[in-house]
Amino acid sequence: QVEQVKLLDRFSTSNKSVTGTLYLTATHLLFIDSSQRETWILHHHIAAVEKLALTTSGCPLVIQCKNFRVVHFVVPRERDCHDIYNSLLQLSKPAKYEELYAFSYNPKQNESEQVKGWQLIDLAEEYKRMGVPNAYWQLSDANRDYKICETYPRELYVPRTASKPIIVGSSKFRSKGRFPVLSYYHKNKEAAICRCSQPLSGFSARCLEDEHMLQAISKANPSNRYMYVMDTRPKLNAMANRAAGKGYENEDNYSNIRFQFVGIENIHVMRSSLQKLLEVIGTRGLSVSDFLSGLETSGWLRHVKAVMDAAVFLVKAIAVESASVLVHCSDGWDRTSQVCSLGALLLDSYYRTIKGFMVLIEKDWISFGHKFSDRCGQLDGDPKEISPVFTQFLECVWNLTEQFPQAFEYNEAFLLQIHEHVHSCQFGNFLGNCQKEREELKVKEKTYSLWPFLLAEQKKYENPLYNPDGFPELTLLEPNTVAFNFKFWTSMYHQFDRSMHPRQSVFNVLMNLKEQNKQLEEHIKELEAKIRQRNGQSGDVLVKEHQQSAHPAPVALKTPPCFKKEQPPIPGNDAVRTIEGSNTADNRYSELVSEFSKAEPAVVSLEYGVARMTC
Amino acid sequence: MEFAELIKTPRADNVVLHRPFHAAVEGTLCLTGHHLIFSSRSRDNAEELWLLHCNIDSSEKRFVGSLGTITIKCKDLRIIQLDIPGMEECLNVASSIEALSTLDSVTLMYPFFYRPMFELVEDGWCSFLPDKEFEQLSSVTDEWRLSCINRDFSVCPSYPAVVVVPKSINDEELRRVAMFRQGSRFPVLSYYHRKNGMVMMRSSQPLTGTNGRRCKEDEKLINATLRPGKRGFIIDTRSLNVAQQARAKGGGFEQEVHYPQWRRIHKGIERFNILQESLIKLVEACNDQSHNMDRWLSKLEASNWMTHVKEILTTACLAAQCIDREGASVLVHGSEGTDSTLQVTSLAQIILDPRCRTIRGFESLVVREWLQAGHPFQQRCAQSAYSNSKQKWEAPVFLLFLDCVWQILRQFPCSFEFNEQFLIMLFEHAYASQFGTFLGNNENERAKLKLPQKTMSLWSWVNRTEEMNRFKNPIYEANSLVIWPAVAPQSLQLWAGVFLRWNRPSKYLDEAQEEMVRIIKYNKELQDKVKVLRRHLAELEEDEGMREN
Repeated sequence: QVEQVKLLDRFSTSNKSVTGTLYLTATHLLFIDSSQRETWILHHHIAAVEKLALTTSGCPLVIQCKNFRVVHFVVPRERDCHDIYNSLLQLSKPAKYEELYAFSYNPKQNESEQVKGWQLIDLAEEYKRMGVPNAYWQLSDANRDYKICETYPRELYVPRTASKPIIVGSSKFRSKGRFPVLSYYHKNKEAAICRCSQPLSGFSARCLEDEHMLQAISKANPSNRYMYVMDTRPKLNAMANRAAGKGYENEDNYSNIRFQFVGIENIHVMRSSLQKLLEVIGTRGLSVSDFLSGLETSGWLRHVKAVMDAAVFLVKAIAVESASVLVHCSDGWDRTSQVCSLGALLLDSYYRTIKGFMVLIEKDWISFGHKFSDRCGQLDGDPKEISPVFTQFLECVWNLTEQFPQAFEYNEAFLLQIHEHVHSCQFGNFLGNCQKEREELKVKEKTYSLWPFLLAEQKKYENPLYNPDGFPELTLLEPNTVAFNFKFWTSMYHQFDRSMHPRQSVFNVLMNLKEQNKQLEEHIKELEAKIRQRNGQSGDVLVKEHQQSAHPAPVALKTPPCFKKEQPPIPGNDAVRTIEGSNTADNRYSELVSEFSKAEPAVVSLEYGVARMTC
Repeated sequence: MEFAELIKTPRADNVVLHRPFHAAVEGTLCLTGHHLIFSSRSRDNAEELWLLHCNIDSSEKRFVGSLGTITIKCKDLRIIQLDIPGMEECLNVASSIEALSTLDSVTLMYPFFYRPMFELVEDGWCSFLPDKEFEQLSSVTDEWRLSCINRDFSVCPSYPAVVVVPKSINDEELRRVAMFRQGSRFPVLSYYHRKNGMVMMRSSQPLTGTNGRRCKEDEKLINATLRPGKRGFIIDTRSLNVAQQARAKGGGFEQEVHYPQWRRIHKGIERFNILQESLIKLVEACNDQSHNMDRWLSKLEASNWMTHVKEILTTACLAAQCIDREGASVLVHGSEGTDSTLQVTSLAQIILDPRCRTIRGFESLVVREWLQAGHPFQQRCAQSAYSNSKQKWEAPVFLLFLDCVWQILRQFPCSFEFNEQFLIMLFEHAYASQFGTFLGNNENERAKLKLPQKTMSLWSWVNRTEEMNRFKNPIYEANSLVIWPAVAPQSLQLWAGVFLRWNRPSKYLDEAQEEMVRIIKYNKELQDKVKVLRRHLAELEEDEGMREN
């Protein structure tokens, strides 16, 4: 506990601050300011802590979080600051999984609830929903004991004609043993999205089993014998990999394939891109020009568009040509997960429901071994493994929700909440790098699943404009990917900078109205039942009388006793429509006046913008 | 009659119309004195396109063999293409369009010929008269008076016939102040903040020149708005440099020594061709679908449009803040006081005054702060983003203002009675309209053209219930608070409703909008039904009670 700590306004140019007390708990960093406002920061959310040079008012400490919160404290005594700094460094990067919050988090559920929570998402059910197993696809037990591929799940779906020797042979020819398996099956088109890692082809190596494997996939599609092989990497990167004995498929060796590069950059490029973006948007007094050119040089939106373009390419192959597609990158757990899951989301309306989106993440990200632990830096490890691959996927989905406001059951808050918990390590779902690791950690016994908690507060995540009838089963979404459709995601990257957000939300208003409509419908039923009951007692004569009297409806009517009881007529109306004003203090321009009202110098040149004032 | 001479071919058959995101349609093209009319003959999908000639910003013709193609670029930023078979036919159509869309004389404009097909309920020309507006003011303060000094527009040609000035200043003094301000635009009342009695005034720059001329009456006038011992702020919409340079040309700014009770703040808001070029670059960037991400962002940045939006909004917020938070009166001016000055004063009112966020209040604001205040619409809005003629007085000043309003509307979606469509409609009518409202450069010219007698007012049309409903924001909830918009670059957005309107499919967005309206309507129906049922039940219970007794 340290007192008299100042929390600086992130974007203030005049070092505005609030003073309060800083507490360090086992799991959180807590700051309570003088007006008792609390700021909680989970240790696992801390991405970086930085101690800046000592100033006259104390020792500044900047904390950057994985959910893009940035806090800037000034601790009066340097020794305290140093202590906090060291504690946070340790607490934010535990050495062992067992130290993560999920293993101590206790939401007061009993054991059976815990088990049920983990059973909520059942991938076998999901494959059944897609229509497999069927005449062409079957469940393979080849990886039942993680013998063929440690980073794949135990249960994998492959073409019926792919025998075990083919699978084994193919897996030996693929990086990390990640051989081609089914990711999504499109019932109507009978086409499949399959995924794998790069082949170990080098400059000339080939593998008959792998060639058979691909042939089996193309034969498993009765509608189109041709299949696409999408290498999601830029061509140059793929070619460079050949020198290391890896590479890409040679079209001459595989029959009936069309090979295509789609050029999504690797995890390192993505990491530094986001880093640049965050630097730009963290600048105080940022000008429009610097913002836009920073957005451009960071390349972030270019990468988001590249992922979306790749998914659109995949979807066209399936929807237009009924062709199956095999997707891979290097190891098949980053870009491949992005493209497969986004493709499926565009093809299948189910993944645009709340439950369906959970299933999609469980399938293409968790079960297929996206390395959440490494990519999110859950443990103290190699910082070069950290990359915002999953964040990028969420951003693509958000862009789709903007283009198709009625196609999704969930809203932005749902995406943000999932992002929050991917990094929070509060639930077991995202711990570790693959299913095998999670089993070893016994996450299902020792931790809780995130999904039941999200479902419990489902109302918060519903899109009030969702129109399932307009997007029935397997309705294809065809997004427009012209550059101007991609916007900067303020609600993600400035989640905690409330002053940058719109002050009133159409979404909230609609959400409340929809909720209210439900209550009103109920209420009408109740009233009608009561009236029917009374009419039944007193005969038909009265009904006519009352219907007549009900029509002219004078507005100010005498209030009968029962009327009073049921007030307010519209539940929650006042609460939901409160108008939010706003505060000049929240905005940067406010500092102009507050500054020059203090002193009276002859010429004040202001940091902000080009403002310059002569007195 | 003269139009017939300009129309070389009144009609062309087998014309194919191309529009982005629509299938091409074949039909007949007709040219009338004021319209280009295209009607498709296909039976299942008969449709007509009516385009005002004055909405055409530029047209180009191109030939492939004997098939001619005319590309028409409109002031509302839409681009259409007409394929016309026959070279001569096409040439004739093209030259007719060219001639009709570039008519010089105002009195040949469509508003002088337009006969409304609706019943006139309210004459918009009389909806927002200055003396009516003044009545509202005089109910809260008696420190101001209406002056008719400009009755015949002889003192200030760009001011309306009546203006609101401090009571303590007589007309003779006003005359002297007028000589001291560029274009005679002496300081007049723009806004009175009821909450604390502070005011916003606007004017043009003082003619101090290099030798620091002063004018006692000018000082007296603006000091008359200050409470004893209080200070005021002068917001100069030019950067200090530009203001200093203006002195060489006889202009200048208020010297500290002569205005000791005032503090001057300089904010650089761009004007004229800089804005026009910005618009041209922006629209060019938006219209090219082939741009990759980097190119799009760099073009958007290079256009500087969003920078202008931010600067204007920031300055307006500053003015509003001086009034509301600092409790100080404000004088706003740039050079002429007809452009950036009006952007600032009108936006500040939207921030401060909830009445300006209603439909009628906003109309009144446009009338007061733009039309009557003498924003030269005819000069500024003669051409839009596609024009080849680069006249130095053309500038999207009003469009920028509307964009800023949209930014605030986006941030406070429940606080405005009108919707985005209302703002887009105003943009369209400022550039091309069947109504006379935006013709002329000031009240003087409008009076000379006899617009109120000879043309219909836009407000007469908008304020009818049918039209009004189209422009109403379904989630409006009157908000009496001051609304402070965020001005960080991350909080501003490109106004897609105007700039991307013709460049992207809008089906899903439109449907979402309809669904929103449906939810709100359903809510009202349910509430009404509950009321009726409750009353019914209450009566039943009462009867029952009586029977038991």
